[in-house]
Amino acid sequence: MIRLQAIERRFAVGDEAVYALNGVSLNVEKGEYLSIMGPSGSGKSTLLHIIGLLDRPTAGQYWLAGKDVTGLADEERAQIRREKIGFVFQLFHLVPRLTAAGNVELPLTLAGLPREEREERVREILAAYGLSARARHVPSQLSGGERQRVAIARATVTRPEILLADEPTGNLDRGSGREVTGIDRVFGHP
Amino acid sequence: MRGADVLRYSVHALKGYPVRSVLMLVAMAIGVAAVVLLTALGEGARRYVTGQFASLGSHLLVILPGRSETTGGHPPILGETPRDLTLDDAFALLRSMHIRRVAPVVLGSAPASWRRREREASVIGSTADFQRIRYLKLAQGHFLPEIDPRKAAAVCVLGATVRAELFGPEAALGQWVRLGDRRFRVIGVLAPQGVSIGLDLDEVVIVPVASAQALFDSPSLFRILAEARSREDLSGAVAASREIIRDRHEGEEDVTVITQDAVIGTLDRIFRALTLTVAGIAGVSLVVAGILIMNVMLVAISESREEIGLLKALGAASGKIQLLFLAEAGLLSLTGALLGAGLGLIGVWIGRQLYPALPLAPPAWAMAGALAVGVGAGILFGVLPARRAARLDPIQALSGR
Ligand SMILES: Nc1ncnc2c1ncn2[C@@H]1O[C@H](COP(=O)(O)OP(=O)(O)OP(=O)(O)O)[C@@H](O)[C@H]1O
Ligand SMILES: [Mg+2]
Repeated sequence: MIRLQAIERRFAVGDEAVYALNGVSLNVEKGEYLSIMGPSGSGKSTLLHIIGLLDRPTAGQYWLAGKDVTGLADEERAQIRREKIGFVFQLFHLVPRLTAAGNVELPLTLAGLPREEREERVREILAAYGLSARARHVPSQLSGGERQRVAIARATVTRPEILLADEPTGNLDRGSGREVTGIDRVFGHP
Repeated sequence: MRGADVLRYSVHALKGYPVRSVLMLVAMAIGVAAVVLLTALGEGARRYVTGQFASLGSHLLVILPGRSETTGGHPPILGETPRDLTLDDAFALLRSMHIRRVAPVVLGSAPASWRRREREASVIGSTADFQRIRYLKLAQGHFLPEIDPRKAAAVCVLGATVRAELFGPEAALGQWVRLGDRRFRVIGVLAPQGVSIGLDLDEVVIVPVASAQALFDSPSLFRILAEARSREDLSGAVAASREIIRDRHEGEEDVTVITQDAVIGTLDRIFRALTLTVAGIAGVSLVVAGILIMNVMLVAISESREEIGLLKALGAASGKIQLLFLAEAGLLSLTGALLGAGLGLIGVWIGRQLYPALPLAPPAWAMAGALAVGVGAGILFGVLPARRAARLDPIQALSGR
């Protein structure tokens, strides 16, 4: 499903070159659940951005569902993002002026679904994440965990083939070294 | 994304930043209101002035001594002064079958007095037909008698203001009024007429033409008024008057013949040009409003970079982002323009209440033009910010870079 070959992401900071990723190769099959762990600044977010077609590698190749997407044009990348990928951002990036329901509805609106169907699916998914009572709240009225669940709901409401969830290293549970908050718990992977 | 969703999203975004949105609305509204008000003023002035002339009656010809240079022809030969118009010239016009009646007019000014009251008055010398040609209404008595125009008669008709100032509450009919060094018996009083072609008919005293000639000791006429038999006779009447006077003036065409149509046509053109000019000036404010919308939209885009980045990350195509911002600009300018049109019309209505005499009315082209230019400017100046928004890189926009 996802195949990365010698991916490199280099940032130019002044005259210096910073390598966020260098020679990353990766294979993820359909239905597979993969956690990537690493210390802060190790390039996890950068990698997810590249997999999510939000960023382009400076070298290497990327196949998605058997298709080489490395050099795809912006509009085609946008279409794949819209149709195939759900992304939970590290900082959630909820729209502050939209309610929880409004945020979750956004990808459905962009997909061009009719209004009744959108509202139905938003209602369902908010209920599934225990957010029904918070549907009319704007992000500033939500707790951190509620915000995260809204972000996850927004990423999954379109039922994407690929779900990418980005969490900072700081959320590691000290005792086990495993992530115990957020995504894992929501998806039942302890 | 569906059209209705684009609109709903834009409306929501605009409501999210009320100060910014209201600012742009006001700018656009002021621009459109300015166009509506100024053109209404220009149009009102045009209607007022042409209405003044239209009240003269549409078959009227005015014959003035002297050749108006604007009508073309040879420039006057040096030292040559135009021949005066005389009573004989005036009545010669009646030879034309196109002309129904004529009224010679002598104009001068003389002190008018009754008992101890005295005031300066314009004195018109004319004939009984003057009343018919100018549609004068009498408040009391009757107009000048049908007498031989070459004979003087010591009678006069007073304008409404002159009567009021000389007589106050006392009866004027039958009284003897002094004009200069002569005495005239009041036989009629005009109903208030208002100003017409520069002459306030409330401020005049009308006497038989021969009496006025004697009073001012001059045989020459100020002008001749003639009435064509019908509208269709008008051009024939103009040609005939020129010809008749030319014959009488030894082949010299030394008079100017004006018709109401020609005067109205000229005034009409002048005031239309004036209205267009003020519309243009006010139109500049619409463009200014458009530029303001552009500025505010640019600020809006830098304020909502994160949201734009998110939309792009969620897979919104660049075209859609552009459409969202154009819809915002379009909605704002359309609402602002409609608001401005409403404000302008309210202003026009207030103006009408304050000055009922001035027929204020914004021309339809100005209303339509202001709306179109306003919305056009809003959208046009919305293009640059919209494209800039569409070009944002999602990761950079999301991370605030
Ligand atoms: N636009 C950029 N310009 C320069 N350097 C960058 C840029 N984006 C990321 N980096 C660098 O790339 C490295 C990887 O960053 P990344 O955000 O992927 O880390 P991370 O593993 O997600 O860390 P965390 O767990 O703290 O979220 C960091 O050292 C970061 O400073
Ligand atoms: Mg990270």
